[in-house]
Amino acid sequence: MLRSTSSRSVAAAAVAVALLTGFTACSGTPGNAANPSGAAPKAACDNTITKTSLPQVTVWAWYPAFKDVVDLFNQNHNDVQICWTNAGQGSGEYNKLSTAVQAGTGAPDVVMLEFEVLNSFVVRNALVDLTKYGVDSIKSDYTAGAWKDASSGNAVYAVPVDAGPVGLLVRKDIFDKYNVPVPTTWDQFATAAQQLKTAGYPGYITNWPGNGGAGILALWEQANGGASGFTFDSTNPTNLGIKINSDGTKKVQQYWYDLIQKGLVAHDDAGTTDWTTKMVNGTYASYIAAAWAPGYLQGASGASPDAQWQAVPLPQWDTSSPVMVNQGGSTFAVTTQSKQPQLAAEVAMGIFGDMDSWKIGVEKAALFPTYVPMLTSDYFKNLQYPFFNNQTINADVFLGAAQGYTGVVYSPFTSYFYDQMTQANANMLQGKSSPSATVDGLQNTLVQYGKDQGFTVTS
Amino acid sequence: MSVAAVAPVPTPVRRSGLGKLIRRRERWGWAFVAPFLIVFAVFLIAPLIYAFDMSLYQKGLVGGERFTGLHNYVRVFTDPLFLQGLLRVAFYVLVMVPIQIGLGTIIALVLDVLVTKLSRLSRLLIFLPYAVPAMIGALMWSFIYSPNFGPITQLFNALGLNAPNILAPNHIFAALVNVVTWQWVGYYMIIIYSALRAIDPSLYEAALLDGAGGLRTAVYVKLPLIASALIMCVVFSLIGTLQFYTEPVILGSAAPSAIPPTYTPNMYAASLAFNQGLFNYAATVSFSLGVIVFIGSYLFLFLTRKQNGLR
Repeated sequence: MLRSTSSRSVAAAAVAVALLTGFTACSGTPGNAANPSGAAPKAACDNTITKTSLPQVTVWAWYPAFKDVVDLFNQNHNDVQICWTNAGQGSGEYNKLSTAVQAGTGAPDVVMLEFEVLNSFVVRNALVDLTKYGVDSIKSDYTAGAWKDASSGNAVYAVPVDAGPVGLLVRKDIFDKYNVPVPTTWDQFATAAQQLKTAGYPGYITNWPGNGGAGILALWEQANGGASGFTFDSTNPTNLGIKINSDGTKKVQQYWYDLIQKGLVAHDDAGTTDWTTKMVNGTYASYIAAAWAPGYLQGASGASPDAQWQAVPLPQWDTSSPVMVNQGGSTFAVTTQSKQPQLAAEVAMGIFGDMDSWKIGVEKAALFPTYVPMLTSDYFKNLQYPFFNNQTINADVFLGAAQGYTGVVYSPFTSYFYDQMTQANANMLQGKSSPSATVDGLQNTLVQYGKDQGFTVTS
Repeated sequence: MSVAAVAPVPTPVRRSGLGKLIRRRERWGWAFVAPFLIVFAVFLIAPLIYAFDMSLYQKGLVGGERFTGLHNYVRVFTDPLFLQGLLRVAFYVLVMVPIQIGLGTIIALVLDVLVTKLSRLSRLLIFLPYAVPAMIGALMWSFIYSPNFGPITQLFNALGLNAPNILAPNHIFAALVNVVTWQWVGYYMIIIYSALRAIDPSLYEAALLDGAGGLRTAVYVKLPLIASALIMCVVFSLIGTLQFYTEPVILGSAAPSAIPPTYTPNMYAASLAFNQGLFNYAATVSFSLGVIVFIGSYLFLFLTRKQNGLR
C-alpha cells in the first residue's frame, strides 16, 4: 500500500516535470524583445568599413542617421575605424549591455548611453573614467550642465552628445481661438488651464503622464533649485544620498494633482500610440517637452491640419530666479571591457567632435547639441523649423534653457526609480494616496532599495 | 500528448538467458533517447543548476558577491513585489483556468454531436487564434482596446456612448483574461475534442438504450471518459498562467500605469535581471516561481490521481 502510493507520487512528479519542461520549451519559442539574449555580435557592422587594415572600435548607438556620422568619421580617420551596431533603442540596448556586464564579455568598446543611466553602469564598474585619456581637454567644448551630467565627482564617464533642455510647446491656434494668453509662470498656467476650459475648449491644457519618469523628475527639479535629490560620487560609490520628498517636490506633485482633479489636465500614459495621437490632434493645448520632442511630433500621424505650434520657455515658479531643467539626452561612454580604451576614448571624443558631423546630427537625427561650437553658431541660432511656422526655436527657447541648465546627479538605479515613480503616481491617480504621501512613500521605497543594494544611505 | 507516454513505465527485467540480448537492446534504447537527453541536460538541467547556484549568492549594486545560502529565498518570500505578483497570477489561475477549460469543454461537447459542414468550419475558426503567435495576438488586442482609435471606442462613439478605457488599471484584469481566453480556448477544445472522438461509440448506444438524453450522456458518459484529457488541460493552463508573461508585457507598452514591470513573477524576474542588473536575485525569483509551479502542478496531479490515470 505504502509502496504503491509512493510510486504513484513519483509518477505524478515525473509527469509534473515533463509537463513543466514541455511547457517551458513551448513558451520560450516566440522571440521576445523584452527578453534579450544579450550577446554582442562580433565583427558584423551595420556600416561598411573600407579601410579594413585599420584597427576597429565597436560602437553601439541607436538612431538610424548615425550611419552617416560613422561614415564621415571613418572617411576622415586613418588611424581607427568605427564598427557600428544598432543594439536597440534605450532600454533594449541597456538590457543587452547589462547582460554583457554581468557576463564579463560581449560589451562594445564604446556605447551610447543616456545621461540618466550613466551612474547605473558606473556603479557596476562598467564604464571607464575618461580623464586618464585626456577628456578634460575638450571640457570647454561642452555646456556646463551636460558636462556635469556626464561626470561623477572629478571623474568623467562619458562624452556628451545631445541634450534635452525643456521648454513648452504650445498650440498657438488653440490659445488664440479661446483668447487665452500663453503662460510664463506656473500660476498663470493654472489660470490659463481654467480659462481654456471655461471658454469651451474641449481638451486639456496639457497632459501629465504618471509614467513620465524623466519628465516628472525634471518638473520636480525645477522646484528644487535644479537639484535631483540624489547625491552620489563614484570615488565613494557606497555612499548614496536620497532626498526626493522635499517641500518643492510635494508642491509640484500637489499642483498637478489639483489640476487633474479639476479636470483641467489629462493624465494619459506617455509613450503609447494613444498619447502620440492626442498630442497632435488638439486634445492637449500644450506639451512640456525637451528639445528633441519636436522631431517625434513631426512624424506623428493624425495631426490637426490647421495646427500652429510655437515653442516658449518653460513656465517658472519664480521668475526672479528661473530654473532651467533637462530631460534626456545621450552620451558616448567607453566600457571597462574594451581592450583598447585609448582608441575607444578617441572615438567617443571624436564622433561628434566637429561641425560637419553635428550638421548631420541636427538635420537628420533632430539632435540638440551639447557641443558649444555648434550651439553658439549662427547656423544653429538662425535655424528655422517649418513645424513651428519657421520659428527659430533654438534662439527663442532651447539655447537659453541649455545654457542655463547647471546639471544634476542621477541615482545609480534610474530604471528602478522610474518604475516605482510610475506605480506611485498610478496609485495617487486612483485615489489611494495623497500627493504628499505619494512622494514620501516613494522616498521610503528608494531608501529601502538603496540599503538592500549595499549602499550607506543618507536621507 | 498522451500523459501515459511521458510517465515512466516500470518494466519488469528478467535476468534470464535472454539477459544479454535485453542489455544490448537497452544500450540501443539509450542511443535513441540520447538526442532528447542531451538537449534536456544542456538547455534545462544545466541552466537550472546554474540558476540555483546563482541564487545562493547575494550581490547588490555595490559591494562584492558573497555566499548567503538560502537568504535570498527568505527575501523573495517576504518581498511584497514578488508576493503581489504571485497573488495576482494566483487570481488569474482562479478566474482564467475555469473559464478556458469550461468553454473549451462545452464547445468540444457541442462540436462532438454536430456533424455538419458548419461545425467543421467552427472547429477551425475557434482553433485559429491559437495559431496566431502570442505576441501578434497581444499586439492586435492592444489596438482593439486602444481608447483613442480602437474599434471598441469607435463602436461606443457611433452609438453616442462614452467608451470605457479598457486599458485603465481597474479594467486591465478582465482585458488580459479576455486575450488569453481568446488565444487558448481553441487549443483546449481540440485536445478535449480528440479525446471525445476516441470514445467507443457503442457506449453511446448503450446509454441511449438506457434512456439517457444528450445532456445526460455528455455529463455521465463523456466527461468521466475524458477526465484524463481534462486534467492535462488544467495542468497546462495552470502552468501557463503561473508563468504569465508575454501578454502583459505587450499590453504593458500600451498601458504602462496599469501593468507595471512587476505585474507577474516572471516579469519581475526579467525586470530584476535586465533592467536592474540584479541577476542573483532574479535567479532566486525564477527558481522560486519554478518550485511553486512544480508544487502546484504536482498537488493538482496528486489530488486528481483517481481521474488522471496515474493510479
